[in-house]
Amino acid sequence: MKKQASSGSSSFKQWFLKRDVQRVLVILTFMAVPMLLLLLFTYIPFAKMIQFSFYNMKYIGERKFVGLSNYRRVFQNKELFGSLLVSLYYMGGGAVQLALALLFASLFVFKVKGEGVFKAAMFFPYLICGIAIGFIFKFFYFHGYVLDTILQAFGMKLENLPLWLQNTKINNIALAATSVWRYTGQNTILFLGAMMSVDSDLYEAAALDGCNRWQQFRYIILPSIKSIIVLNIILCVSGCLSAFEPPYVITNGSFGTATYFVQMNSVAHETQKVGLACAMAIILLGLIILCTVGQKLFFKYVFNNGTEDESAKAVRAKKKALKMQQRKGSRV
Amino acid sequence: MIYLKKSFLGTVFDVMKYVILTLAALVAVVPVVVCVFTAFKTEDEYAHGSVLELPKSFLYLDNFKEAISKANMLRCFLNTFLVLVCSVLISAMLAYILNRFRFPGRGMIESLFLFASLLPGIAMQVTIYQIMYSLGLINHLYGYMIVLMGTDIISIYLFLQFFENLPTSLDESATMDGCTYFGVFFKILFPLLKPAIMTTVVLKGVSVYNEYYASNLYLQRPELRTISTALYTFTGPYGSKYNYICAGVLITILPLLIFFLLFQKQVYSGMASGAVKG
Repeated sequence: MKKQASSGSSSFKQWFLKRDVQRVLVILTFMAVPMLLLLLFTYIPFAKMIQFSFYNMKYIGERKFVGLSNYRRVFQNKELFGSLLVSLYYMGGGAVQLALALLFASLFVFKVKGEGVFKAAMFFPYLICGIAIGFIFKFFYFHGYVLDTILQAFGMKLENLPLWLQNTKINNIALAATSVWRYTGQNTILFLGAMMSVDSDLYEAAALDGCNRWQQFRYIILPSIKSIIVLNIILCVSGCLSAFEPPYVITNGSFGTATYFVQMNSVAHETQKVGLACAMAIILLGLIILCTVGQKLFFKYVFNNGTEDESAKAVRAKKKALKMQQRKGSRV
Repeated sequence: MIYLKKSFLGTVFDVMKYVILTLAALVAVVPVVVCVFTAFKTEDEYAHGSVLELPKSFLYLDNFKEAISKANMLRCFLNTFLVLVCSVLISAMLAYILNRFRFPGRGMIESLFLFASLLPGIAMQVTIYQIMYSLGLINHLYGYMIVLMGTDIISIYLFLQFFENLPTSLDESATMDGCTYFGVFFKILFPLLKPAIMTTVVLKGVSVYNEYYASNLYLQRPELRTISTALYTFTGPYGSKYNYICAGVLITILPLLIFFLLFQKQVYSGMASGAVKG
């Protein structure tokens, strides 16, 4: 037994050094800030969002309880609800983007000279900020500027070319193309990473057995990256529903290019109909959750055949065992 | 790499491969390169020449001078750096607790963070703005930093993942030797987190540097502008004077390009690990 210390400070020290006390202290101090921030900037705003969506109100001033009429207005207003249809263009773009990324990544799996340069050129657009991309493409699509000059070089006449950003038939496609431009390289890198983690012996064995490239792709590459493709589709759908920057910077939502978020931004900050904006936000959140869950279920039941299901089960069992082990180990 | 039998089909495939990749790289690069040309053009060249023509000289810098006087670069770097440091530290601490300690409510806290990552960011700003307003945090740099830290779920996940692969025997032997839990974290585990910190810095750094929506709402005074908000002000006065606008765009891109060329490997691997929970 140690001799009991007489001064107050050292008895505090002893108390502090006790394991149990320390455990509680470290948990409390390390968790306090992130939990406070999570509460303040995620859950309180979320609760307020639900509350405000039943009121007719501005940022400052009186509130009036209006029940569900904000929600009714969102569904009835063609301009607001119809803007969700604009996301379909971005989803089309998303499909193109995933397909292209898959193609490029599988090309990179085979030996490519100057791989680094190609990869860097394709990936870099992802790092550029949304506002800058907006300006780049505003310039690119401007009548008689970059795109038109390139097309003229291929023999088209300027009079026959459409106004890319004003013509309501094509302007949404033009805008969706900018996000394909931005994200394809990043998706390529992701897919390539997953493909490269496949054991290269597999390819060699397959080639020796006389597999052609399509078969290699279909039976070796594709199964190995299935999960990352599913994840990217989910991310892509929620990203498309919340598309904001391209229309905001390039056309400012005019000529029928306003996406749901652009509408919501103007409702919330220009006309200050906070209640209506909150109702819009909640409807969007519902849609995103619905899509995420729906897609997960879809992929689970449609794409899993017998053998793959079994392996998935095996993986889950392995994970569980690992977790149990860790749990035992981590009781410090 | 993959073993291939050389055949006629193989050669055709090779040619196709390079054609496709070159086209893709061109599409990715051309819009930016045209911007580079335009940024070096004088008023007169811009008004009369074709857009795809090279400028007469790459030493004409007036557009850049004009653009730089508008954008406050140093400020943006400072903002990015401060947000990064705070965010790395608090997310690493939280991940340490969630991964190494078992206590009632732990699972619930983890799922609270998981659900938070589903909420659409821009939509939430409607009510976050209200809270910021009532706390008096608008138009202060620290207010902006707090918002960015509070809505940062991704780095917490990166650290959680990384902690799973750090053996607990490290903690145990340190505690045996009389190290406190604080000591275990700061002296032993934090230095080992380097790869995860690198990834977070890459992912967060780029997104904070490019962030527009929150800085537009919470940093409205001109002297507090960040890169994106400064660039956005170009819409008004310059209208369609794209030689100035392109110069502005290039100024924002250049630091990223340098960063990318220096840390290419880390950027790619960071993307890959960030995407798992992204």
